[in-house]
Amino acid sequence: MAASTPAPQEPAGRSPAPATPSVPSGPSGPGKGGAVVVGASSGIGAALVRRLAGEGWNVAALARRSGELERLARECQGLPGRVFVHVHDTRDVEQVPALFEQIGRQLGPIELGIYAAGVMPKVDRQSYDTAVDLDMLAINFGGCVAWCNVLAGYFRSQRSGLLIGISSIAGDRGRKPNPMYGATKAAMDHYLEALRNRLSEAGVHVCTIKPGYIDTPMTQGLQGLFWLISADEAARRILAAGRAGANVRYVPRRWWFVGTALKSIPSFLFRKLNF
Amino acid sequence: MPRPTARRGVEQAFEYVEGWGMAVGTHARVLRPRSIEELIQCFALARSEGASLGLRGGGISYGDASLTSRGHTLDCSRLQRVLEFDASTGVAVLEPGVTIEQLWKHILPHGYWPRVVSGTMFPTVGGAAAMNIHGKNNYAVGTLGDAILEFDLLLTSGEIRRCSRTQNSELFHAAIGGLGMLGVFTRIVLETKRVYSGDLRVRAATAPNLRSMMEIMEARRGDSDYLVGWIDCFGRGRGLGRGLIHLANYLAPGEDPHPERTLTVEHQELPANILGVFPKSEVWRALSLFGNDPGMRLINRAKYQSGRLEARGKAHLQSHAGFAFLLDYVPNWKWAYGRERGRRAMIQYQTFVPHAAAEGVFTELLERCHRARLVPYLGVFKRHRPDPFWLTHAVDGWSFAMDMKVSPENRERLWKHCAEMTEVVLRAGGRFYFAKDLVLRAGDPERFYPPDRLARFRQLKRELDPESLLETDLWRRAFAPAADRPA
Repeated sequence: MAASTPAPQEPAGRSPAPATPSVPSGPSGPGKGGAVVVGASSGIGAALVRRLAGEGWNVAALARRSGELERLARECQGLPGRVFVHVHDTRDVEQVPALFEQIGRQLGPIELGIYAAGVMPKVDRQSYDTAVDLDMLAINFGGCVAWCNVLAGYFRSQRSGLLIGISSIAGDRGRKPNPMYGATKAAMDHYLEALRNRLSEAGVHVCTIKPGYIDTPMTQGLQGLFWLISADEAARRILAAGRAGANVRYVPRRWWFVGTALKSIPSFLFRKLNF
Repeated sequence: MPRPTARRGVEQAFEYVEGWGMAVGTHARVLRPRSIEELIQCFALARSEGASLGLRGGGISYGDASLTSRGHTLDCSRLQRVLEFDASTGVAVLEPGVTIEQLWKHILPHGYWPRVVSGTMFPTVGGAAAMNIHGKNNYAVGTLGDAILEFDLLLTSGEIRRCSRTQNSELFHAAIGGLGMLGVFTRIVLETKRVYSGDLRVRAATAPNLRSMMEIMEARRGDSDYLVGWIDCFGRGRGLGRGLIHLANYLAPGEDPHPERTLTVEHQELPANILGVFPKSEVWRALSLFGNDPGMRLINRAKYQSGRLEARGKAHLQSHAGFAFLLDYVPNWKWAYGRERGRRAMIQYQTFVPHAAAEGVFTELLERCHRARLVPYLGVFKRHRPDPFWLTHAVDGWSFAMDMKVSPENRERLWKHCAEMTEVVLRAGGRFYFAKDLVLRAGDPERFYPPDRLARFRQLKRELDPESLLETDLWRRAFAPAADRPA
């Protein structure tokens, strides 16, 4: 765990007693506060961190690769918001509550949580490898559940917050190339929708993002990409969608047509198609 | 994929912990033990981290009684088993996290109702005992503490002390109403009341001013099982303190032709919809249109006028839950004050004044509210009687609870206004109730407890909790020993 800047730790100690003002100030209200981005080392996640820090948010950036994180922290120096980096493997779900508390004490009130961690290992058409698939499930979906659960409880308790999950258009249909990748994203869609419905009474919004082709390490080397946009442009659109209260948003939006078309193809035809 | 393991140790989460009135809150780690062993683990954990623990039950105290901004929150609501209920005597043995809701739903089908309930059914019995809550029958049956026969108190050392009026009697009277500062209730033995119907007979009466309200209530307290006054705080001049009184009585055996039907949970349930279709969970949004001075003036006036019609009518039957849990009618009604965290909120300023001084004091408080243009949106008036608990709020007299809106603009002014009112109340020998309070300052409680009462309580705390592991923001604000108090 490497913080780029020393963390201002809120003491939990018993003594010395704080100076109690006679008029207790109200708790800090919602506003530009802290943001947590899980899966921040590259691609959309890193672009989101840069953009949020540029807007003045204090951001906790989490990822597996410390080198990438430190580079990101260096890039963000001088931006209005501070970036705190944490090395974290989303498969280590047991770490999540304690790490989240540490982040909460660092950032102050958290108003934005983004789950952007995801892997799409290259899977051979004839491969049915349980180890690879379950690993993907743990990173893409297990980690999502662990982080969204702590964020959901926190946001509900403070009656404010925006939770954004980066899913994928790949979750719209069960396609041949990578069954588990699509399945993890479909699971995310379902899970996030339920959270959205659960949390709406508390004034908390949950936004599901379905990116199309984004120019990131994940799409490098893939053939036949079209409508490609940069990660930074995707980050801009993702934040705009979340803030606008979008429930499910394709990024860029024209992918909605693709998603809708895909979903409407009958199964007996869909299985003949080669993608 | 690593196998997700079952949770180890005490359930915990980092959350926003808020006073019910929303005017104060803090982000804190919340520990949710499910057993005495886990409670002891929480003590060990706090000790190892040098953190204090603030006890919390349902989180229904309006102010900072269940908050700690300098430690962890120890939420006891998962200790929620009804351990025993004897249907022949009505004695219930409860874990501290059992809510009043759980309790009445458990005992009503056997023909019992809790002796003392608050205006909402969501407090836990442990929290209610720590605050020694009262109901609309305080003048007749006392506080919750008066209905407790015995309890077990877990000390921070891990020792459990059984307390009753005959065993550890001093601790019995100190821990009930002891603000959760001496230990954690782990088992509470509570006496409940035999009832012969699920309904109460309810009458209404109007009072054109405060004096008349007090006269009616005083005249009727001998023959009423419950009495509560509602005051339209916008009334002025000759109508100052005008309002509506509700009087209720239990039904005698045989009076209810169908007790088997009324003594059911279904008969008690508050309807989920208004006019059958409009969900009550959304009503606060409509109410929030009136969450301002003109709106509340209008609502109070409308309620007063409709009350006059109601008072002309005959007595009617109303379920126990319908009569008792007025605050639960509109879910989340407090959001009508605004639900933007920390900016919009409410406080309830409740004062307890001895009978002889009450009319003068409450008249002055209301006049001060008008002069300060800080008129309470809701006023509730009740009769009380003293009780033997160390930190009790109860007096032989009256309480007046005023709901006040808090906004960023009025916050400072409101606190100053309350401090001025507090001076009036203290000079008249009045008291305060810490399930509600958020405005008293260090030194204020000394002025209304008998001499040495607080010193004895602090001494007892030093004996039972020498590390001061149990602390809340309330304790630090109003009770901390003078030596520990910030300058």
